[in-house]
Amino acid sequence: MSKARTSPIRTGLVHLALSAYTLVALFPVFLTIVNSFKDRASIFREPLMIPTPSTFSLVGYQTVLGQGDFATYFQNSFIVTIVSILLVLLFGAMAAFALSEYRFRGNMLLGLYMAIGIMIPIRLGTVAILQGMVAAGLVNTLTALVLVYTAQGIPLAIFILSEFMRTVSDDLKNAGRIDGLSEYAIFFRLVLPLVRPAMATVAVFTMIPIWNDLWFPLILAPSEATKTVTLGSQIFIGQFVTNWNAVLAALSLAILPILVLYVIFSRQLIRGITSGAVK
Amino acid sequence: MSETDNAVDIVPIRRPVRWHIFVFMLPALIVYSAVMVLPLIETLRLSLYNTVDGQPAFVGLANFKVLFGDARWARDFWNALVNNLIFFAIHMCVQNPIGVALAALLSVPKLRGVAFYRTAMFLPTLLSFVIVGFIWKLILSPIWGVAPWMLDLIGLKFLFAPWLGKSGSALIAVSLISNWQYIGIPMMLIYAALLSIPEEVIEAAECDGITGWAQFWKIKLPLILPAIGIISILTFVGNFNAFDLIYTVQGALAGPDMSTDILGTLLYRTFFGFQLQLGDRSMGATIATVMFLIILAGVSLYLFVIQRRMRRYQF
Repeated sequence: MSKARTSPIRTGLVHLALSAYTLVALFPVFLTIVNSFKDRASIFREPLMIPTPSTFSLVGYQTVLGQGDFATYFQNSFIVTIVSILLVLLFGAMAAFALSEYRFRGNMLLGLYMAIGIMIPIRLGTVAILQGMVAAGLVNTLTALVLVYTAQGIPLAIFILSEFMRTVSDDLKNAGRIDGLSEYAIFFRLVLPLVRPAMATVAVFTMIPIWNDLWFPLILAPSEATKTVTLGSQIFIGQFVTNWNAVLAALSLAILPILVLYVIFSRQLIRGITSGAVK
Repeated sequence: MSETDNAVDIVPIRRPVRWHIFVFMLPALIVYSAVMVLPLIETLRLSLYNTVDGQPAFVGLANFKVLFGDARWARDFWNALVNNLIFFAIHMCVQNPIGVALAALLSVPKLRGVAFYRTAMFLPTLLSFVIVGFIWKLILSPIWGVAPWMLDLIGLKFLFAPWLGKSGSALIAVSLISNWQYIGIPMMLIYAALLSIPEEVIEAAECDGITGWAQFWKIKLPLILPAIGIISILTFVGNFNAFDLIYTVQGALAGPDMSTDILGTLLYRTFFGFQLQLGDRSMGATIATVMFLIILAGVSLYLFVIQRRMRRYQF
């Protein structure tokens, strides 16, 4: 790149614009977390101040942990998210292997059939999904959510994973075959370890919409015992609208796990997006 | 069974059934078909049925006629559809151009701190609608006063109004909240597209004296058009399927006075019932079918018209 184009003024302006938008993106989150640690009076008097010893207060968190059953909500969200991701990865990888490794009649068609789900949202089938879950006796169970999220995640998982599986060398697989490995052993022992980075990308992409979903918990599993964090905080905040400490504390608690995961996985996620996984 | 592939296929006349393909394919196929495809088809089928004299009966397109023309339904439906179109238009005019601009800035060569900027700007995209909705509800609330206070800093306090509570501005306010949340997606996809432009193309442009703005408009923009196509279709599908944010910020009635009602919230109210209104499965399925057709039309337009034309720009 030529050096003539990078004048300090231009670079300065670019930084100014980018920092300005960074501020816009982070400010609301910052504001919520900071104010969740303050007492009621100072939330309103000085919303932008960092909590000082005199304004520090955990009353909001006490209300949330005392009133709402957030431990259960978190547990439900964890179970649903983790089981769904595992199933999506296992089933998705198996199907991706079948579609990318073997030539058989209808391969193309099957691939297209599985790809429909990437663009058409599963939500549109809600009327019949609820009907089916009622018939199967799965309403208000976490199983219902796991099934829906697994079905929702499989198409994209197959799409991304089969791209990667095509890059695994045929020589390696054939060497395995000559050594007498079964097709299952080739898949589990040779191919799966090699596509681990792609599996991580799929896991992150699958996780976010599941953790954040409000629609299916609301419709399929709204009972107290099966609420997820997203639905739980939605209802909790709805009931405590006027208790600002509690609302801000509940919001901060809901942000926290995402923030922690993002700090850990942001490289993986951003590399996944920019490497063209979503093309 | 699985050992058959080891045998050298001398004569490919009769190959034994390769059961492992079924085993690999089956779990995904069963879950996907049973929980996604069949319910979708069943929903489309239900839209052609309704309860007549207490019995489910085939009514043809009568449900659609009611939805489009009956005084009780049509007003809500057309209102939701128009709002949804405005919702989409605001995303296309605000979210995507800002996303492209941020991506262009991020891809300025030899810029420091890019990793920090893009990590920070992508954060809102990961938060749930519930969190985003409530945070902005608090910030825009006249009770807390953060928004008017900040406008006061730049001397524009007189502009403040309870935007979410007025039917004239509520839809715009909700759309902008959604833009704030989702700007990370166009930004990242365009950023990736800009990085993948070959160096030689840029150098050739520089040799011809095309730099700066002209370079972006004449060289880079045409090359990232496929990525702009992708973000447009993603926005389209996401918008015509949106529900969570509006449900969180404005409730199931999508107030004030249904000014923020879109197809997703209309589907929820119709199918599930709300307050005095009873849930109606057939009409719910009808609305879901209309949403399906809209999304299908958009996706087909993209796949068969837009993407085909753009292919010639790809390397």
